[in-house]
Amino acid sequence: MIALVDYGMGNLGSVDKALRHIGCRVQVSSEPAVLAEAGAIVLPGVGAFDDCMRHLHGHGLVEPLKQAIAAGKPFLGICLGLQVLFESSEEGGLAGLGVVKGRVVRFKHGLKVPQIGWNQITIERPAPHLEGIADGAWVYFVHSYYVVPKDESIIATTTEYGCRFASSIWRGNLFACQFHPEKSQAVGLKLLENFARFSGEL
Amino acid sequence: MLAKRIIPCLDVTEGRVVKGIRYRDFRDAGDPVEQAAEYDRQGADELVFLDITASVDNRATMLDVVARTAEQVFIPLTVGGGIRTIDDIRQTLKAGADKVSIMTAGILNPDLINEGAERFGSQCIVVAIDAKRVPRPDRDDSHLGPAPDADIQWRVWTHGGTRPTEVDALEWAVEAEQRGAGELLVTSMDADGTKAGYDIELLRRISESVNIPVIASGGAGNVEHMYQALTDGKCDAVLAASIFHFKETTVGEIKKELASRGVPVRM
Repeated sequence: MIALVDYGMGNLGSVDKALRHIGCRVQVSSEPAVLAEAGAIVLPGVGAFDDCMRHLHGHGLVEPLKQAIAAGKPFLGICLGLQVLFESSEEGGLAGLGVVKGRVVRFKHGLKVPQIGWNQITIERPAPHLEGIADGAWVYFVHSYYVVPKDESIIATTTEYGCRFASSIWRGNLFACQFHPEKSQAVGLKLLENFARFSGEL
Repeated sequence: MLAKRIIPCLDVTEGRVVKGIRYRDFRDAGDPVEQAAEYDRQGADELVFLDITASVDNRATMLDVVARTAEQVFIPLTVGGGIRTIDDIRQTLKAGADKVSIMTAGILNPDLINEGAERFGSQCIVVAIDAKRVPRPDRDDSHLGPAPDADIQWRVWTHGGTRPTEVDALEWAVEAEQRGAGELLVTSMDADGTKAGYDIELLRRISESVNIPVIASGGAGNVEHMYQALTDGKCDAVLAASIFHFKETTVGEIKKELASRGVPVRM
């Protein structure tokens, strides 16, 4: 079973639908016990960094998430679910989960912010999550901030939007992306399927 | 590089797709879920469902259409028409929409934009602007090309293009952004349904006034019109209905043509 973390923010429906569409068993939950039981965890997210951290604290999910990731449970972070893995963000004052060293910064260029729409990924490292996905594949983004990992070797893909930024990271059983696989048509479904297979959930 | 988006729009009432000309003379154009799936196969970047009746009865039908579409189409879905309250937004997002488009309620109660953006994020609040040129007897606007002078004005219309307001379209665009809109969907009522081309001047002026994506709507008759909106009109996306519904062209064909002319599109 894949636990889809519901911390009271954003729209979980599309991630839930996409995971079910590819044949996964999903439990939408904010219970630490469900996270502990799950074979894999998906942390989705839209909204603001501090709101997200406040909700995670409020539901008592901060420690369970850190523990699950430290224990090597397969984990997929999406959008804000990528950003909160980091230590801090320019968007807010609260500390992130800090399971990845680095910070989250805002786009500072003349282009429109947020970046909304389809952009391409350049594959920097062949993560198993990207198997069967072409270099230059198009995925859907909606964000104003991007992650800057201290250890650049964890960057799985990069994307160009005024600057080249890390559009996904991969470290062992942890994979997290800035784009929305659940809204990225065939490419996104492929990534979710890879994640589910990698996690032994398919 | 960020791609320019091609967005088919499905005008829906009582669970069926319809297409009218200048907001009237609606013709039946098929099943919305089937059509959404077809556009997805063709390579549409997003889809917009517009509830053109927007009655309370129709809302449940619309939410059902959205839910069934979201089961099989994994690209962003926007729903507009009759979104009046925070609860309408919540229910629509819950049914599977990624964004809601707010028009009349945004004018009558602008705080809805702020509240919606605060609760659900700017990314899901699209403010739709139906704009109509203020007629000037001394000038012929029928071509809708670049205005011969700078004093051309557009007013916002509400209630599906039936009621005029005194609100200036450019000023409203700027205010909507400040209030938290994530995108603007700009429809020229002069051009809508004519297939004679978007109102490029309107699009360009709005695009230059805001720093959020602008979606061009109303008037697309061919790929040249879309090209103009994405280049001269400085828009980030184009929305069209008629030319797709009656199978005059496909999303794929349009993208191929735009790509050959140097417009970045997702292939």
